[in-house]
Amino acid sequence: MTALETVHAIELRHITKRFGQVVANDSVDLTLDRGQILSLLGENGSGKTTLMNMLSGIYRPDEGEILVEGKPVVIRSPKDAYDHGIGMIHQHFKLVDMFTAAENIALGLRGRGHDRRAVAAQVKAISDRYGFGIDPDKKVYDMSVSEKQTVEIVKVLYRGADILILDEPTAVLTPQETDRLFDILRAMKADGKAIVIITHKLHEVMAISDQVAVLRKGKYIGTVNTADTDPQALTEMMVGRAVSLNIDRPEAKYRDLRLEVKGLNCKNAEGVATLSDVGFQAFGGEILGIAGIAGSGQKELLEAIAGLQKAESGHVFYYPPHPKSDIAGNHVPVDKAGEELLGKTPAQIQKVGVALAFVPEDRLGMGLVGGMGMVDNMMLKTYKENPGPLVDRKPPRALAERLIEELEIVTPGVTAPVRRLSGGNVQKVLVGREIASQPTVLMTAYPVRGLDINSSYTIYRLLNEQKMKGVAVLLVGEDLDVLLELCDRILVLCGGRVSGVVDARTATKEEVGLLMTRVDQGEEGTVHA
Amino acid sequence: MGDINSSLWVALLAAAVLNGVPLLFGTVGEILSEKAGNLNLGVEGMMYTGGAMGLGAAFYYEGFAGAGANGIVAVLLALLFAFLGGAFGALIYSFLTVTLRANQNVTGLALTIFGTGLGQFIGEYMRRTSGGYVAIGNDLKAVFANSPFPAALQQLPVVGPVIFRHSIFLYIGLAIAITMAWFFRRTKAGLYLRAVGESPATADAAGINVTRYKYLATVIGGGISAIGGMVYIMTIAGCVWNHEGLSGEGWLAVALVIFCLWRPLNAIWGSVLFGGLMILYNYLSLPMVPTQIYRILPYVVTVIVLIITSLRNNREKQPPASLGNAYFREER
Repeated sequence: MTALETVHAIELRHITKRFGQVVANDSVDLTLDRGQILSLLGENGSGKTTLMNMLSGIYRPDEGEILVEGKPVVIRSPKDAYDHGIGMIHQHFKLVDMFTAAENIALGLRGRGHDRRAVAAQVKAISDRYGFGIDPDKKVYDMSVSEKQTVEIVKVLYRGADILILDEPTAVLTPQETDRLFDILRAMKADGKAIVIITHKLHEVMAISDQVAVLRKGKYIGTVNTADTDPQALTEMMVGRAVSLNIDRPEAKYRDLRLEVKGLNCKNAEGVATLSDVGFQAFGGEILGIAGIAGSGQKELLEAIAGLQKAESGHVFYYPPHPKSDIAGNHVPVDKAGEELLGKTPAQIQKVGVALAFVPEDRLGMGLVGGMGMVDNMMLKTYKENPGPLVDRKPPRALAERLIEELEIVTPGVTAPVRRLSGGNVQKVLVGREIASQPTVLMTAYPVRGLDINSSYTIYRLLNEQKMKGVAVLLVGEDLDVLLELCDRILVLCGGRVSGVVDARTATKEEVGLLMTRVDQGEEGTVHA
Repeated sequence: MGDINSSLWVALLAAAVLNGVPLLFGTVGEILSEKAGNLNLGVEGMMYTGGAMGLGAAFYYEGFAGAGANGIVAVLLALLFAFLGGAFGALIYSFLTVTLRANQNVTGLALTIFGTGLGQFIGEYMRRTSGGYVAIGNDLKAVFANSPFPAALQQLPVVGPVIFRHSIFLYIGLAIAITMAWFFRRTKAGLYLRAVGESPATADAAGINVTRYKYLATVIGGGISAIGGMVYIMTIAGCVWNHEGLSGEGWLAVALVIFCLWRPLNAIWGSVLFGGLMILYNYLSLPMVPTQIYRILPYVVTVIVLIITSLRNNREKQPPASLGNAYFREER
């Protein structure tokens, strides 16, 4: 079969989509064939998701043509997309939490009856074919992220889609789950399906795809065979210039004990333990990575230290920075070395210099107010410094302008609602604000969640700068490769327990991955470092 | 046989059922709307409009047909026009909240004000133009108020007065509630409707026409709610236009939707309970307790139920997840 004989499963011709003044896709061409996995690569805001949303009927192109099997089609709605065999698995799952897996899968099907047994039988047939394991009667709200994703994929297959689009499917998966997903994708490819996978992770692009299409700032740059390229070349296509892919891990001048957590226990509202007997030390001049499957207690741990979550028992001792380090004297000194932080209010803990920048899945939920501009968001952190009932807008405005300058934040202005900024820029605002408070402990969770290479590296650079100043950085991350390159030590959580602390310089990905899934070992993991 | 049937408790229970019927319509109509994610706070207004239009339909039909007026035709016309009155209000609401994506709370409150005013206008217009008094003849009144069941059934001890001695509307209401429960649970359209209320983006991605489901559920639900207003005027208020007759029924229905956890079958006993709480002061008077205290009982019960269900935090007993939110496909 040569290219001339094959009719492409999908062909996009000169697709343009504008949102107001912004051109999200500028005359993009793309082809996709059966039995092939195409990676769609590009930075944040390069228009990958927008382009795919036009295939799946969420948006409609302003200009251009979509051809399915060589025939021009108009896709007005998701239903039209399904009629053409196109199914998309969105980054934010489109599932009804209150429904069972089977009900979700049966949703929106005309013609076929709402017969539970028939649905269950078909679901089972699809599961067996590709090796999924799902329980059709399980409610979605009881499922793990990986299970939800499986339901999404089965749903799309059940509807007869043979062109699958996956939008950042691995962003929320553990390495093991990712491997399993890739096995499934390969099985589907062998079955003659056409697959598009949107991702930021270059090693995944190299591992799974046959071809890579690159978008940059809404423009189509080109398509290359994965076998003929390498991560460095792809990055250059994506960013438009050479970028170093190595993450620095400099050594700080001072490395002194900053936080000591001992026997920390937490429970959630339902009384279920979220943290059990967690203990570790964090040092100034060090980045301590915190790894674990989603929901292993990462969020609770950071919140307990920040005073946002009540701990049942345990201690968090704080030690002031080395008197000769850059950050000495930045904050109100504590009464004595080793002062207990538990039991203090979040405001008191902030005063000591403990800052928390948590990037939740929806990026805005915690820390920033979407409807407010940068200036107002800066003020949320500093309004207490103004005596009296009035606020002074000048300092936060200056700070906002400085952040825009230093972090290259793209925004229409300091008063534009942050909700309107792209994900990467929102995260820069959040992390930037926390750093601007000149913390002595910087806790950050998922700071590069969903960010492209360029923005991610800006964030890594910021964290390293803080480390060099003597700040103790606690970094909850989901990408093990990055944690292993950036951090000094990695604390692994599993089911609310510390399953191990490893030296990031010597540990392997497999080692950390194993610790992440080691359930209830009882004994504390070995401490290297 | 009169003994047990004239006892206080049977009388209270029968009165509770009688007063529960308008609430039953109001509640199941609102459940339908809320299941599609539309919190329509205009129930009070729609019931007012429906009440006035239902009464007007029967009144003008009687004036038109004279002595030959057919009771069944009058009931059907009253049902139809009450439904249309509520559906009209709900259509305005849907246009504003679904198509124009206006805030649901504000729109609903505005609909209450508008619907109450429209009902007042229609009622007062009828009163003015027909000599200061709107009422229908006794023969027709009897068709609206009397039970469709034979006397033998109505005379049965306890179940006679409690179940069989009611107007046709109780049985219509029950049929609607049971049908709706079956619709939600057993039909595909019901599944789609719930999906729209839980997660419109998911429903949309599944190829379900979110706008159509929202419109239909809200308009039909509004019509059903409005029938409750008509039932109130034609049975409890004695087929007479009284400009303060309906006050509060619609708000009780909104509270009752929460009370019965968005389940039509719960609405059946819930409306009887609330109906009973509303008229409890006629049957049980404690010294030093003013009747106003009794009248707030339904709201107190709702608050208690809300507290209990929130404390238990049961996922199955939550409102539809996207209740109150407008849906816009291209929102980022």
